[in-house]
Amino acid sequence: MIVVIDYSVGNVRSVCNTLRHIGCEVELSRKVETIECSAGIVLPGVAAFGYAISQLGELAKLIKKLALDGKPLLGICVGYQMLFDHSSEYGQYDGLGLVSGSVIPIPAGSQSRQGYLTALSVPHMGWNQVKLPEGMDLFVGLGKEKNFYFAHSFYAEVTDQQAKIAYTDYGFALPAAVQKANIYGLQFHPEKSSKSGLKVLKNFAEICEKQKKEKTPK
Amino acid sequence: MLTKRIIPCLDVKDNRVVKGIKFLNLRDAGDPVELGARYSDEGADELVFLDITATIRFHKTIVELVEKVAENVFIPFTVGGGIQTVEQMDKILRSGADKVSVNTAAVSNPNLLTEAAQRFGNQCVVLAIDARRSKDKPHKWQVCVKAGSEPTEIDVVEWAIQGEKLGAGEILLTSMDADGTKVGYDNELNKAVSDAVDIPVIASGGAGKLEHLYDAIVDGGADAVLMASITHFGNYTINQMKEYLASRGLPVNIQ
Repeated sequence: MIVVIDYSVGNVRSVCNTLRHIGCEVELSRKVETIECSAGIVLPGVAAFGYAISQLGELAKLIKKLALDGKPLLGICVGYQMLFDHSSEYGQYDGLGLVSGSVIPIPAGSQSRQGYLTALSVPHMGWNQVKLPEGMDLFVGLGKEKNFYFAHSFYAEVTDQQAKIAYTDYGFALPAAVQKANIYGLQFHPEKSSKSGLKVLKNFAEICEKQKKEKTPK
Repeated sequence: MLTKRIIPCLDVKDNRVVKGIKFLNLRDAGDPVELGARYSDEGADELVFLDITATIRFHKTIVELVEKVAENVFIPFTVGGGIQTVEQMDKILRSGADKVSVNTAAVSNPNLLTEAAQRFGNQCVVLAIDARRSKDKPHKWQVCVKAGSEPTEIDVVEWAIQGEKLGAGEILLTSMDADGTKVGYDNELNKAVSDAVDIPVIASGGAGKLEHLYDAIVDGGADAVLMASITHFGNYTINQMKEYLASRGLPVNIQ
Protein backbone atom coordinates (compact mmCIF):
# COMPACT_ATOMS: atom_id res chain seq x y z
CA MET A 1 0.00 0.00 0.00
CA ILE A 2 1.17 3.49 -0.86
CA VAL A 3 0.13 6.22 1.54
CA VAL A 4 -0.70 9.67 0.23
CA ILE A 5 -0.27 12.13 3.07
CA ASP A 6 -3.56 13.87 3.81
CA TYR A 7 -2.68 17.29 5.14
CA SER A 8 -5.61 19.42 4.03
CA VAL A 9 -4.05 21.03 1.03
CA GLY A 10 -4.67 21.02 -2.67
CA ASN A 11 -5.13 18.19 -5.03
CA VAL A 12 -4.67 15.14 -2.81
CA ARG A 13 -7.52 13.42 -4.59
CA SER A 14 -5.91 13.77 -8.02
CA VAL A 15 -2.85 11.89 -6.85
CA CYS A 16 -5.00 9.14 -5.31
CA ASN A 17 -7.16 8.84 -8.45
CA THR A 18 -4.12 8.51 -10.64
CA LEU A 19 -2.38 5.94 -8.45
CA ARG A 20 -5.59 3.87 -8.35
CA HIS A 21 -5.96 4.19 -12.09
CA ILE A 22 -2.57 2.53 -12.59
CA GLY A 23 -3.53 -0.28 -10.22
CA CYS A 24 -1.96 0.75 -6.91
CA GLU A 25 -3.45 0.15 -3.52
CA VAL A 26 -3.66 3.66 -2.04
CA GLU A 27 -4.64 5.18 1.26
CA LEU A 28 -5.13 8.87 1.85
CA SER A 29 -4.18 9.27 5.49
CA ARG A 30 -2.39 11.19 8.20
CA LYS A 31 -2.46 8.31 10.70
CA VAL A 32 0.93 7.38 12.09
CA GLU A 33 0.28 3.60 11.90
CA THR A 34 -0.82 3.78 8.27
CA ILE A 35 2.20 5.84 7.29
CA GLU A 36 4.56 3.51 9.19
CA CYS A 37 3.28 0.32 7.55
CA SER A 38 3.06 1.73 4.01
CA ALA A 39 5.37 0.54 1.24
CA GLY A 40 6.00 4.12 0.20
CA ILE A 41 4.95 7.66 0.94
CA VAL A 42 3.66 10.28 -1.46
CA LEU A 43 3.78 13.85 -0.23
CA PRO A 44 1.53 15.79 -2.61
CA GLY A 45 1.00 19.49 -2.59
CA VAL A 46 -0.84 22.34 -4.11
CA ALA A 47 -0.44 25.06 -1.54
CA ALA A 48 1.82 27.83 -0.51
CA PHE A 49 4.92 26.46 1.23
CA GLY A 50 4.25 28.00 4.63
CA TYR A 51 0.68 26.76 4.77
CA ALA A 52 1.72 23.29 3.63
CA ILE A 53 4.51 22.90 6.19
CA SER A 54 2.28 24.15 9.01
CA GLN A 55 -0.47 21.72 8.00
CA LEU A 56 2.04 18.89 7.93
CA GLY A 57 2.90 19.71 11.57
CA GLU A 58 4.24 16.80 13.60
CA LEU A 59 4.07 14.44 10.62
CA ALA A 60 7.15 16.15 9.23
CA LYS A 61 9.40 14.42 11.78
CA LEU A 62 7.86 11.01 11.13
CA ILE A 63 8.17 11.31 7.35
CA LYS A 64 11.76 12.43 7.67
CA LYS A 65 12.64 9.53 9.97
CA LEU A 66 10.98 6.93 7.72
CA ALA A 67 12.66 8.35 4.63
CA LEU A 68 16.08 8.24 6.32
CA ASP A 69 15.34 4.64 7.31
CA GLY A 70 14.91 3.82 3.61
CA LYS A 71 11.18 4.00 2.91
CA PRO A 72 10.59 5.35 -0.61
CA LEU A 73 9.33 8.93 -0.44
CA LEU A 74 7.98 10.89 -3.38
CA GLY A 75 7.40 14.62 -3.02
CA ILE A 76 5.34 16.34 -5.70
CA CYS A 77 5.40 20.08 -6.40
CA VAL A 78 5.23 21.77 -2.97
CA GLY A 79 5.68 18.28 -1.49
CA TYR A 80 8.94 18.18 -3.46
CA GLN A 81 9.92 21.68 -2.35
CA MET A 82 9.40 20.64 1.27
CA LEU A 83 12.19 18.06 0.90
CA PHE A 84 14.68 20.95 0.90
CA ASP A 85 16.11 23.01 3.75
CA HIS A 86 14.32 26.27 3.35
CA SER A 87 11.77 28.34 1.40
CA SER A 88 11.16 32.04 0.99
CA GLU A 89 7.60 31.81 -0.37
CA TYR A 90 5.43 34.45 1.44
CA GLY A 91 7.81 34.40 4.44
CA GLN A 92 10.77 32.33 5.63
CA TYR A 93 10.16 28.67 6.39
CA ASP A 94 12.19 25.57 7.14
CA GLY A 95 11.56 22.43 5.12
CA LEU A 96 12.30 18.80 5.94
CA GLY A 97 15.98 19.17 5.11
CA LEU A 98 16.23 15.79 3.38
CA VAL A 99 17.89 17.28 0.31
CA SER A 100 20.20 20.29 0.55
CA GLY A 101 18.95 23.37 -1.21
CA SER A 102 16.51 26.21 -0.91
CA VAL A 103 13.27 27.21 -2.58
CA ILE A 104 13.36 30.63 -4.20
CA PRO A 105 11.25 32.62 -6.69
CA ILE A 106 11.55 32.05 -10.42
CA PRO A 107 13.04 35.25 -11.85
CA ALA A 108 10.34 36.96 -13.92
CA GLY A 109 10.96 38.00 -17.49
CA SER A 110 13.84 35.65 -18.32
CA GLN A 111 14.53 35.88 -22.01
CA SER A 112 13.69 32.93 -24.21
CA ARG A 113 15.93 31.93 -27.05
CA GLN A 114 13.07 31.65 -29.55
CA GLY A 115 12.06 34.72 -31.49
CA TYR A 116 8.37 35.08 -30.72
CA LEU A 117 8.67 34.94 -26.94
CA THR A 118 10.22 37.99 -25.39
CA ALA A 119 9.51 37.34 -21.75
CA LEU A 120 8.68 34.25 -19.75
CA SER A 121 5.66 34.23 -17.51
CA VAL A 122 5.67 33.46 -13.81
CA PRO A 123 4.16 31.11 -12.64
CA HIS A 124 5.94 28.59 -14.83
CA MET A 125 2.75 26.97 -15.91
CA GLY A 126 2.27 24.40 -18.58
CA TRP A 127 4.02 21.57 -20.34
CA ASN A 128 7.76 21.73 -20.54
CA GLN A 129 10.34 19.30 -21.78
CA VAL A 130 12.47 17.57 -19.17
CA LYS A 131 15.82 16.05 -20.07
CA LEU A 132 15.91 12.67 -18.40
CA PRO A 133 19.39 11.64 -17.30
CA GLU A 134 20.31 7.99 -17.01
CA GLY A 135 20.28 6.52 -13.53
CA MET A 136 17.17 8.24 -12.21
CA ASP A 137 14.83 5.41 -11.21
CA LEU A 138 11.59 7.26 -11.84
CA PHE A 139 12.39 7.82 -15.51
CA VAL A 140 13.16 4.23 -16.49
CA GLY A 141 11.57 3.43 -19.85
CA LEU A 142 10.77 7.04 -20.75
CA GLY A 143 13.60 7.80 -23.13
CA LYS A 144 15.83 10.87 -23.11
CA GLU A 145 13.23 13.62 -22.79
CA LYS A 146 9.51 13.96 -22.20
CA ASN A 147 6.99 16.73 -21.61
CA PHE A 148 5.58 17.15 -18.13
CA TYR A 149 3.12 19.57 -16.58
CA PHE A 150 4.45 22.31 -14.31
CA ALA A 151 2.58 24.88 -12.23
CA HIS A 152 4.76 26.80 -9.80
CA SER A 153 6.24 30.20 -9.04
CA PHE A 154 9.12 29.05 -6.84
CA TYR A 155 11.80 26.51 -7.60
CA ALA A 156 14.45 24.63 -5.68
CA GLU A 157 18.06 25.60 -6.07
CA VAL A 158 19.62 22.22 -5.36
CA THR A 159 23.01 22.28 -3.64
CA ASP A 160 23.08 18.62 -2.59
CA GLN A 161 26.14 16.88 -4.04
CA GLN A 162 24.51 13.46 -3.60
CA ALA A 163 21.33 14.35 -5.49
CA LYS A 164 20.78 13.41 -9.11
CA ILE A 165 18.95 16.17 -10.92
CA ALA A 166 16.84 16.34 -14.08
CA TYR A 167 16.42 19.78 -15.63
CA THR A 168 13.96 21.64 -17.79
CA ASP A 169 14.68 24.84 -19.70
CA TYR A 170 12.81 27.94 -18.61
CA GLY A 171 15.22 30.61 -19.66
CA PHE A 172 17.66 28.87 -17.32
CA ALA A 173 18.22 25.27 -16.27
CA LEU A 174 15.41 24.74 -13.80
CA PRO A 175 15.60 21.60 -11.64
CA ALA A 176 12.54 19.50 -12.50
CA ALA A 177 13.28 16.37 -10.47
CA VAL A 178 15.72 15.09 -7.87
CA GLN A 179 16.68 11.71 -6.53
CA LYS A 180 18.78 11.08 -3.45
CA ALA A 181 18.84 7.35 -2.65
CA ASN A 182 15.20 6.46 -1.80
CA ILE A 183 14.08 10.08 -1.73
CA TYR A 184 12.42 11.31 -4.91
CA GLY A 185 11.05 14.72 -5.78
CA LEU A 186 9.22 16.07 -8.80
CA GLN A 187 8.63 19.76 -9.36
CA PHE A 188 6.11 18.86 -12.08
CA HIS A 189 2.84 17.04 -11.54
CA PRO A 190 3.07 13.42 -12.73
CA GLU A 191 -0.61 12.89 -11.88
CA LYS A 192 -1.42 15.61 -14.40
CA SER A 193 1.14 14.74 -17.04
CA SER A 194 -0.92 12.34 -19.09
CA LYS A 195 0.77 9.13 -20.25
CA SER A 196 4.34 10.10 -19.33
CA GLY A 197 3.22 11.06 -15.84
CA LEU A 198 1.40 7.77 -15.35
CA LYS A 199 4.61 5.96 -16.27
CA VAL A 200 6.62 7.92 -13.66
CA LEU A 201 4.10 6.96 -10.97
CA LYS A 202 4.17 3.35 -12.13
CA ASN A 203 7.93 3.41 -11.72
CA PHE A 204 7.54 4.77 -8.18
CA ALA A 205 4.99 2.05 -7.36
CA GLU A 206 7.46 -0.57 -8.60
CA ILE A 207 10.24 0.92 -6.47
CA CYS A 208 7.95 0.66 -3.43
CA GLU A 209 7.01 -2.91 -4.27
CA LYS A 210 10.65 -3.92 -4.65
CA GLN A 211 11.65 -2.21 -1.41
CA LYS A 212 8.85 -3.96 0.45
CA LYS A 213 9.97 -7.37 -0.82
CA GLU A 214 13.53 -6.72 0.28
CA LYS A 215 12.40 -5.61 3.74
CA THR A 216 9.97 -8.48 4.34
CA PRO A 217 11.73 -11.33 6.20
CA LYS A 218 11.54 -14.61 4.32
CA MET B 1 10.76 25.60 -23.54
CA LEU B 2 7.18 25.84 -22.48
CA THR B 3 4.66 24.55 -24.99
CA LYS B 4 1.50 26.38 -26.02
CA ARG B 5 -1.55 24.79 -24.47
CA ILE B 6 -4.75 23.54 -26.08
CA ILE B 7 -7.57 23.67 -23.55
CA PRO B 8 -11.09 22.37 -24.24
CA CYS B 9 -13.72 23.97 -22.04
CA LEU B 10 -16.80 22.32 -20.59
CA ASP B 11 -19.54 24.84 -19.84
CA VAL B 12 -21.79 22.84 -17.57
CA LYS B 13 -25.44 23.48 -16.89
CA ASP B 14 -27.74 21.03 -15.06
CA ASN B 15 -25.07 18.31 -15.26
CA ARG B 16 -24.72 18.59 -19.05
CA VAL B 17 -22.11 20.26 -21.20
CA VAL B 18 -23.69 23.08 -23.18
CA LYS B 19 -22.41 25.60 -25.66
CA GLY B 20 -24.02 28.79 -26.83
CA ILE B 21 -23.25 31.85 -28.90
CA LYS B 22 -22.26 35.03 -27.07
CA PHE B 23 -23.33 33.31 -23.83
CA LEU B 24 -26.88 32.71 -25.18
CA ASN B 25 -28.83 30.03 -27.12
CA LEU B 26 -27.29 27.10 -25.29
CA ARG B 27 -27.10 23.77 -27.09
CA ASP B 28 -26.43 20.37 -25.52
CA ALA B 29 -22.91 19.07 -26.15
CA GLY B 30 -22.77 15.93 -24.07
CA ASP B 31 -21.95 14.37 -20.73
CA PRO B 32 -19.18 16.12 -18.77
CA VAL B 33 -17.68 12.90 -17.40
CA GLU B 34 -17.45 11.33 -20.86
CA LEU B 35 -16.19 14.46 -22.55
CA GLY B 36 -13.60 15.07 -19.82
CA ALA B 37 -12.26 11.53 -20.12
CA ARG B 38 -12.18 11.83 -23.89
CA TYR B 39 -10.21 15.07 -23.91
CA SER B 40 -7.75 13.78 -21.31
CA ASP B 41 -7.18 10.66 -23.37
CA GLU B 42 -6.95 12.52 -26.68
CA GLY B 43 -4.04 14.61 -25.47
CA ALA B 44 -5.60 17.91 -24.40
CA ASP B 45 -3.14 19.90 -22.32
CA GLU B 46 -5.70 20.95 -19.76
CA LEU B 47 -9.41 20.87 -19.11
CA VAL B 48 -11.58 23.74 -17.91
CA PHE B 49 -14.97 23.12 -16.32
CA LEU B 50 -17.26 26.08 -15.74
CA ASP B 51 -20.50 25.66 -13.87
CA ILE B 52 -22.73 28.17 -15.60
CA THR B 53 -25.90 27.03 -13.83
CA ALA B 54 -25.66 29.78 -11.26
CA THR B 55 -22.66 31.98 -11.18
CA ILE B 56 -24.20 33.88 -8.33
CA ARG B 57 -24.30 31.02 -5.86
CA PHE B 58 -21.97 28.13 -5.21
CA HIS B 59 -23.63 24.80 -5.86
CA LYS B 60 -22.84 21.83 -3.70
CA THR B 61 -23.84 19.53 -6.55
CA ILE B 62 -20.88 20.84 -8.54
CA VAL B 63 -18.53 19.17 -6.05
CA GLU B 64 -19.96 15.71 -6.78
CA LEU B 65 -19.79 16.25 -10.51
CA VAL B 66 -16.24 17.56 -10.31
CA GLU B 67 -15.27 14.42 -8.37
CA LYS B 68 -16.69 12.21 -11.11
CA VAL B 69 -15.05 14.16 -13.93
CA ALA B 70 -11.71 14.24 -12.11
CA GLU B 71 -11.58 10.46 -11.74
CA ASN B 72 -10.84 10.11 -15.43
CA VAL B 73 -8.85 13.25 -16.05
CA PHE B 74 -5.05 12.94 -15.91
CA ILE B 75 -4.31 16.44 -17.11
CA PRO B 76 -4.67 19.73 -15.24
CA PHE B 77 -8.25 20.48 -14.38
CA THR B 78 -9.59 23.97 -13.65
CA VAL B 79 -13.02 24.46 -12.13
CA GLY B 80 -15.03 27.65 -11.85
CA GLY B 81 -18.54 28.95 -11.43
CA GLY B 82 -20.03 30.70 -8.45
CA ILE B 83 -17.01 30.18 -6.18
CA GLN B 84 -16.97 32.91 -3.55
CA THR B 85 -14.78 31.87 -0.63
CA VAL B 86 -11.46 30.13 0.03
CA GLU B 87 -13.39 27.41 1.85
CA GLN B 88 -15.34 26.69 -1.34
CA MET B 89 -12.09 26.71 -3.28
CA ASP B 90 -10.69 24.19 -0.84
CA LYS B 91 -13.72 21.93 -1.40
CA ILE B 92 -13.29 22.15 -5.16
CA LEU B 93 -9.57 21.41 -4.96
CA ARG B 94 -10.17 18.51 -2.61
CA SER B 95 -12.73 17.08 -5.02
CA GLY B 96 -10.04 16.77 -7.68
CA ALA B 97 -9.58 20.15 -9.32
CA ASP B 98 -6.08 21.56 -9.69
CA LYS B 99 -6.99 25.19 -10.09
CA VAL B 100 -10.01 27.29 -9.32
CA SER B 101 -11.30 30.06 -11.47
CA VAL B 102 -13.05 33.07 -10.04
CA ASN B 103 -14.80 35.89 -11.82
CA THR B 104 -17.77 37.67 -10.21
CA ALA B 105 -16.57 37.02 -6.64
CA ALA B 106 -13.16 38.55 -7.37
CA VAL B 107 -14.79 41.68 -8.77
CA SER B 108 -16.94 42.17 -5.67
CA ASN B 109 -14.17 41.10 -3.28
CA PRO B 110 -10.72 41.51 -4.90
CA ASN B 111 -9.07 40.39 -1.66
CA LEU B 112 -10.30 36.88 -2.43
CA LEU B 113 -7.48 36.55 -4.97
CA THR B 114 -4.90 37.38 -2.31
CA GLU B 115 -6.39 35.05 0.29
CA ALA B 116 -6.51 32.25 -2.26
CA ALA B 117 -2.94 32.82 -3.45
CA GLN B 118 -1.62 32.83 0.09
CA ARG B 119 -3.39 29.62 0.94
CA PHE B 120 -3.09 27.59 -2.27
CA GLY B 121 -0.29 29.34 -4.16
CA ASN B 122 -0.96 31.67 -7.09
CA GLN B 123 -0.54 28.91 -9.69
CA CYS B 124 -3.86 27.62 -8.36
CA VAL B 125 -5.78 30.85 -8.82
CA VAL B 126 -7.25 31.66 -12.21
CA LEU B 127 -8.87 35.02 -12.73
CA ALA B 128 -11.60 34.62 -15.34
CA ILE B 129 -12.54 37.83 -17.10
CA ASP B 130 -15.56 38.13 -19.36
CA ALA B 131 -14.72 41.06 -21.61
CA ARG B 132 -17.09 43.05 -23.78
CA ARG B 133 -15.99 45.70 -26.22
CA SER B 134 -16.91 49.15 -25.01
CA LYS B 135 -19.52 50.82 -27.18
CA ASP B 136 -18.28 54.35 -26.55
CA LYS B 137 -14.54 53.94 -25.87
CA PRO B 138 -12.55 52.58 -28.82
CA HIS B 139 -9.96 49.86 -28.09
CA LYS B 140 -11.39 49.39 -24.61
CA TRP B 141 -13.24 46.49 -23.04
CA GLN B 142 -15.43 46.35 -19.98
CA VAL B 143 -15.51 43.59 -17.39
CA CYS B 144 -18.84 41.77 -17.21
CA VAL B 145 -19.94 39.68 -14.25
CA LYS B 146 -22.63 37.13 -13.37
CA ALA B 147 -22.08 34.97 -16.45
CA GLY B 148 -21.78 38.04 -18.62
CA SER B 149 -25.20 39.33 -17.70
CA GLU B 150 -23.99 42.37 -15.80
CA PRO B 151 -21.59 44.87 -17.34
CA THR B 152 -19.41 46.89 -14.96
CA GLU B 153 -17.44 50.09 -15.44
CA ILE B 154 -14.17 48.26 -14.82
CA ASP B 155 -11.63 48.32 -17.64
CA VAL B 156 -10.43 44.83 -18.60
CA VAL B 157 -6.73 45.66 -18.97
CA GLU B 158 -6.64 47.52 -15.66
CA TRP B 159 -8.47 44.68 -13.93
CA ALA B 160 -6.01 42.15 -15.34
CA ILE B 161 -3.07 44.18 -14.01
CA GLN B 162 -4.73 44.51 -10.62
CA GLY B 163 -5.64 40.82 -10.60
CA GLU B 164 -2.03 39.85 -11.15
CA LYS B 165 -0.88 42.10 -8.31
CA LEU B 166 -3.53 40.66 -5.99
CA GLY B 167 -2.42 37.07 -6.57
CA ALA B 168 -3.97 35.61 -9.72
CA GLY B 169 -1.59 33.15 -11.39
CA GLU B 170 -3.31 33.06 -14.74
CA ILE B 171 -5.96 34.93 -16.67
CA LEU B 172 -8.75 33.20 -18.56
CA LEU B 173 -9.80 35.93 -20.94
CA THR B 174 -13.11 35.43 -22.72
CA SER B 175 -14.28 37.76 -25.42
CA MET B 176 -18.04 37.89 -25.09
CA ASP B 177 -18.29 39.44 -28.55
CA ALA B 178 -16.50 36.50 -30.15
CA ASP B 179 -17.81 33.67 -27.93
CA GLY B 180 -19.33 30.85 -29.98
CA THR B 181 -19.16 32.83 -33.24
CA LYS B 182 -16.23 30.83 -34.70
CA VAL B 183 -14.92 33.97 -36.42
CA GLY B 184 -11.64 33.99 -34.51
CA TYR B 185 -10.42 35.22 -31.15
CA ASP B 186 -10.40 38.94 -30.33
CA ASN B 187 -6.65 39.30 -30.67
CA GLU B 188 -6.62 43.00 -30.04
CA LEU B 189 -8.04 42.19 -26.62
CA ASN B 190 -5.65 39.26 -26.12
CA LYS B 191 -2.69 41.41 -27.07
CA ALA B 192 -3.73 44.30 -24.83
CA VAL B 193 -3.97 41.99 -21.82
CA SER B 194 -0.98 39.74 -22.52
CA ASP B 195 1.23 42.82 -22.98
CA ALA B 196 0.04 44.25 -19.69
CA VAL B 197 0.70 41.24 -17.41
CA ASP B 198 3.48 38.72 -16.80
CA ILE B 199 1.17 35.83 -15.89
CA PRO B 200 -0.10 33.46 -18.60
CA VAL B 201 -3.16 34.50 -20.58
CA ILE B 202 -5.62 31.92 -21.92
CA ALA B 203 -7.43 33.25 -24.98
CA SER B 204 -11.07 32.24 -25.08
CA GLY B 205 -14.03 32.87 -27.35
CA GLY B 206 -14.24 32.69 -31.12
CA ALA B 207 -12.20 29.66 -32.20
CA GLY B 208 -13.55 28.32 -35.48
CA LYS B 209 -10.58 27.36 -37.61
CA LEU B 210 -7.09 26.06 -36.96
CA GLU B 211 -5.46 29.33 -37.96
CA HIS B 212 -7.45 31.12 -35.27
CA LEU B 213 -5.47 29.19 -32.67
CA TYR B 214 -2.20 30.21 -34.28
CA ASP B 215 -3.29 33.84 -34.51
CA ALA B 216 -4.29 34.00 -30.83
CA ILE B 217 -0.82 32.80 -29.85
CA VAL B 218 1.22 34.82 -32.32
CA ASP B 219 -0.88 37.99 -32.77
CA GLY B 220 -2.68 37.87 -29.43
CA GLY B 221 0.34 36.80 -27.36
CA ALA B 222 -1.70 34.09 -25.63
CA ASP B 223 0.04 31.31 -23.73
CA ALA B 224 -2.89 28.98 -24.22
CA VAL B 225 -6.00 28.73 -26.34
CA LEU B 226 -9.36 27.61 -25.06
CA MET B 227 -12.11 26.26 -27.26
CA ALA B 228 -15.48 24.60 -26.93
CA SER B 229 -17.69 24.57 -30.05
CA ILE B 230 -15.00 23.35 -32.44
CA THR B 231 -14.05 20.37 -30.30
CA HIS B 232 -17.41 19.37 -28.81
CA PHE B 233 -19.15 19.26 -32.18
CA GLY B 234 -16.32 17.33 -33.79
CA ASN B 235 -14.82 19.88 -36.20
CA TYR B 236 -11.26 19.17 -35.09
CA THR B 237 -9.55 16.71 -32.82
CA ILE B 238 -7.00 17.86 -30.25
CA ASN B 239 -4.31 16.14 -32.24
CA GLN B 240 -5.22 17.96 -35.45
CA MET B 241 -4.88 21.25 -33.61
CA LYS B 242 -1.49 20.33 -32.19
CA GLU B 243 -0.16 19.03 -35.49
CA TYR B 244 -1.28 22.19 -37.20
CA LEU B 245 0.44 24.45 -34.65
CA ALA B 246 3.58 22.30 -34.75
CA SER B 247 3.63 22.52 -38.56
CA ARG B 248 3.67 26.29 -38.22
CA GLY B 249 6.61 26.16 -35.87
CA LEU B 250 4.93 26.58 -32.50
CA PRO B 251 6.05 24.43 -29.56
CA VAL B 252 3.27 22.04 -28.59
CA ASN B 253 3.09 19.06 -26.27
CA ILE B 254 2.81 15.84 -28.24
CA GLN B 255 3.09 12.95 -25.78
